[in-house]
Amino acid sequence: MSSTFDQIATIIAETCDIPRDTITPESHAIDDLGIDSLDFLDIAFAIDKAFGIKMPLEKWTQEVNDGKATTEQYFVLKNLAARIDELVAAKNAGA
Amino acid sequence: MQLDYFQLIDRIVDLNLDEKTITVEAQVPERHTIFEGHFPGFPIMPGVLLTEAMAQSSGWLLLGVTKFERMPFLAMVKEAKMRRFVSPGQLLTIDARIEHEGSGFAVTSARARVGTELKCSADLTFRHVPFPDPSLRVHMDAMAHKIGFPLQAMTP
Repeated sequence: MSSTFDQIATIIAETCDIPRDTITPESHAIDDLGIDSLDFLDIAFAIDKAFGIKMPLEKWTQEVNDGKATTEQYFVLKNLAARIDELVAAKNAGA
Repeated sequence: MQLDYFQLIDRIVDLNLDEKTITVEAQVPERHTIFEGHFPGFPIMPGVLLTEAMAQSSGWLLLGVTKFERMPFLAMVKEAKMRRFVSPGQLLTIDARIEHEGSGFAVTSARARVGTELKCSADLTFRHVPFPDPSLRVHMDAMAHKIGFPLQAMTP
């Protein structure tokens, strides 16, 4: 079974036509990969479906805008993978 | 349809918030200047307007699901297929379904038919945000009444 990061990277590569081998756990989705907000909607849709979750994008964006979080916390892919693992764990715990 | 005002939906036939589906009707006018150019001697509804009609149908569904607390804006059109011509005077029936509700966005699928004949279909993505201006909410309330939006679906 592939890791959460691998699944995310594959989704990004396929959704945004970015070569898979340029996507690393340290990649920042916005700053390094140049993913814009519209493409990120597509990615969020694919991630939500793949993991059976609802990524709280609005909450994350609000936290960044309020200075309570940095974009790195959510958009560096290893961190995004960790957030997704947390959401999946919370979902399974509540199931 | 009031094409000059970009109001493409005439009435809501069915709204099912549990199933997250909507069915609406849209009467294509017999005459309009659009048909003089699109096309002379062979008037048909432009595909962009059919796509907009499917988007507005989905939009009303999303307004219902969010209890009119958020306004949907079309963000993405995928798999838009204009399958058969739509002519002046035809009555379109449009069905839309929410395929996914994300955080601040939603994905719908919509299809329009005349009778049982499928005319077009598309997968649509919307961003939705709290109403950016109170006057827009007032306008949407008025439109909702006009097209027969079920009142019980308008209150939080």
